[in-house]
Amino acid sequence: MNASPHKLAVEDLTVTFGHGRRAREVLHGVSTGVRAGQTLGLVGESGSGKSTIAKAIVGIHPVRAGRITLDGEDLTGLKGRELVAVRRRVQLVSQDPYASLNPRMTIGEAIAEAVDPVRADARKHAVTVERWLETVALDGSAAVKYPHEFSGGQRQRIAVARALAVEPEVVIADEITSALDASVQAEVLNLLEELRRSLSLTMVFISHDLAVVRHVSDEVAVLRHGELVEQGPVRDVYRAPQHPYTRGLLASVPTFDEKETAA
Amino acid sequence: MRRIRWNTPLVVALSGLGLIALLGIAAPFLWEEEATALSGAARASASAEHWLGTDALGRDVLARTLVATRLTLEMSLAATAIASVAGILLGTVVWVSGRRVRELGLRLIDVMICYPALLLAMVIATVLGTGPAASILAIGLGGAPAFARLTANMAASVAQRDFVTQARLMGVPPHRLLARHLLPNISGPLLVLLSVAFANVLVALSGLSFLGVGVQSPDYDWGSLLNSGLESLYTNPAEAIGPVAAITLTGVLAGFVGDGLATALDPRGGDTKARTRRPAPVHPSSLRAPADALLKVDGLVVALPDGTRLVDGVSFHVAPGEIVGLVGESGSGKSLTAMSVARLLPEGLSAHAAELTLDDLDLAGPEADPRRLATEIGIVYQDPSASFNPALKMGGQLTETLRVHQRAGRAEAYKRAVDALEQVRIENPARVVKQYPHELSGGMRQRAMIAAALLPGPRLIVADEPTTALDVTVQADVLDLLKDINHTHGTSILLISHDIGVIGTVCHRVVVMYAGRVVEELSAADLRAGRARHPYTKALLAASPRLQDTDTEERVLLATIPGRPPAPADRPAGCAFADRCPVALDGLCATERPDLTDAVACHAVHQEVQPV
Repeated sequence: MNASPHKLAVEDLTVTFGHGRRAREVLHGVSTGVRAGQTLGLVGESGSGKSTIAKAIVGIHPVRAGRITLDGEDLTGLKGRELVAVRRRVQLVSQDPYASLNPRMTIGEAIAEAVDPVRADARKHAVTVERWLETVALDGSAAVKYPHEFSGGQRQRIAVARALAVEPEVVIADEITSALDASVQAEVLNLLEELRRSLSLTMVFISHDLAVVRHVSDEVAVLRHGELVEQGPVRDVYRAPQHPYTRGLLASVPTFDEKETAA
Repeated sequence: MRRIRWNTPLVVALSGLGLIALLGIAAPFLWEEEATALSGAARASASAEHWLGTDALGRDVLARTLVATRLTLEMSLAATAIASVAGILLGTVVWVSGRRVRELGLRLIDVMICYPALLLAMVIATVLGTGPAASILAIGLGGAPAFARLTANMAASVAQRDFVTQARLMGVPPHRLLARHLLPNISGPLLVLLSVAFANVLVALSGLSFLGVGVQSPDYDWGSLLNSGLESLYTNPAEAIGPVAAITLTGVLAGFVGDGLATALDPRGGDTKARTRRPAPVHPSSLRAPADALLKVDGLVVALPDGTRLVDGVSFHVAPGEIVGLVGESGSGKSLTAMSVARLLPEGLSAHAAELTLDDLDLAGPEADPRRLATEIGIVYQDPSASFNPALKMGGQLTETLRVHQRAGRAEAYKRAVDALEQVRIENPARVVKQYPHELSGGMRQRAMIAAALLPGPRLIVADEPTTALDVTVQADVLDLLKDINHTHGTSILLISHDIGVIGTVCHRVVVMYAGRVVEELSAADLRAGRARHPYTKALLAASPRLQDTDTEERVLLATIPGRPPAPADRPAGCAFADRCPVALDGLCATERPDLTDAVACHAVHQEVQPV
């Protein structure tokens, strides 16, 4: 096992939805983490709690118990200015490229807002905006356009550019290719791979698609019903899954791989 | 920013209001003297000298009406401003505050809305005394709840959108969030409300003045003119007509502005009078379907009313007992093709084909027998939660076709429904028929959907993305079930999916679509083995990540396809894939449309084969 400490980790993370008697626990003490410069894949079916982990890390869902640590520092219980500062260190890219961009703001304004959330001056940050657009292989002229002028794949790249413009230490990608066509998905996955190489990006990649997760991750964590079922290096988990649930999950994927014809 | 689409009512109303505003500015300078000059003739009727007659003190009514425009407009604008600013502030404060305050605030706004604005105004006027300032404040505050509620409700819906969450995560402070993300996105409805509110405010203010609690003499607005005109309504009706016409005209124009704005801001609007063009004749394809095919589709065209072809000459067949997959990316026309087969095209689209038949049933003709359609074709939709009526129990919905079209009795229909549910491996089917759709899980509902499609004993099942909304383990079950049904009943299946993996594992034969056309037809075994021939099919396969790694330590990049598919209206004369194709031939592919010969529509592949 790699001994380097986790960049971002959750320990015994417990999250409940609802209040009082109607409260329902959706994460039952999950512990996992990602090392600097690596990608952790979180897989699971609907209701497994994989998106809840992401939302708890960035502070959208309150944490019931457990710790969330960034460089060993506990993030739970932070308030006010400290919380704002910490939030910028971890950025979330969400699934729907049509809902994640404000239709009334140009791309330049949206990225400028990520650079400077208070003033969001697209002209002042024009150079930075253009640099980030180029990072995700978009033309600088995109800055003056509005979201509706772009396709789903382009919007998703813009969403990635915006998350990167915050210069976060960790990016959490929540099902970011699920709404995309296969050829467009390939484009976004390649972009992530290039960014991982050039910026040594630390990433948590959440997806229900096992093939996609295998493609982008170094380590993978399998979740079911709010519990961690199995975690390990991608190769090991995909080649020799230890838990029966993981085995079932892998066997369910319709694929053309040899194992089928061999079996 | 969405562009405003100018429309006639909006232009007319805005220019009308503009003229009235100009009048309001100019009138006091032009006619002030006339309006206050006391002529000898009190309460004179309309004449050449006084078009609308004179009032009790012999002043010219027309001049007074024109001069009153300024005060009336000023008061209305001030009251509208108070209403909108107070309302929007209240609405946003309610939204930014905590959960408790929000609940309380929203209830408060609800109560305020129920309270009639004019009554509220009367109360305020009694407290503050009469006069223009009091009535402006009164009417303004009376109109505020409408703005508050609209703002709060719309802000709540926008606030749940992802981009607001993202902005929060980036550390955007709340007031910026409001100004940058929330207000611009609700500005459309607020603008509409603003113009409507202006009309209401005008009428309410005039009403207060008319009742004598608004503007006091010697000042005068349209309302107070109306008041004095009422006294001589029977002797000189013209005196009342001036202010009445002014109030009505301004109010109606403001209403039209609201109406026009609503149309102008609605992105789904636009001219609905699209020209209907006769579609060009359909050429039957060179690929003949075998005579014993169950479903024959030849040269299918699905077009918009303006003639744009969304599906452009698609031909394929489904043999009895065969599972055929239609695969393609969004916009390829695969779902429209399937829906044409089921005769379930969305309104406004028309389908034409050289041949579109299910055995001897003509599916393209104007009058296909609905009974045969309902019983011979079963349909499975993508979203199992949207395809059942949530208010009805499963039993009634499952047996509907049987009872309507096959005239089965109630008991028999239920028995068959229970059998069908059992067939799709639903446990305890007798209980499920008595349950409501929401009591079943997504996978269960999709199985029930398949059971419903199976019930009348169809010869063909059309399954449109049947597993896209399902989890991977559930998907595997549902796909197994479809294969099973095909195996045991010999039912033909037309399976539509964007997932080449799903298609490849379930189907016997695969039809690949791109930009409304069929580019290749191949056996699923060939697809699985990577023996695709069309460059698009190959690219699609290469772009899909694999579950098994390739034994190289370094991660490889996936193959991508440069560019994107052409929009239906911009499809080129030649091959629609030519722009993105790595093997496109100069001068041929871009100009000449390749035929689907030898099961592949590609000039490059054809040339490779032929010269030998």
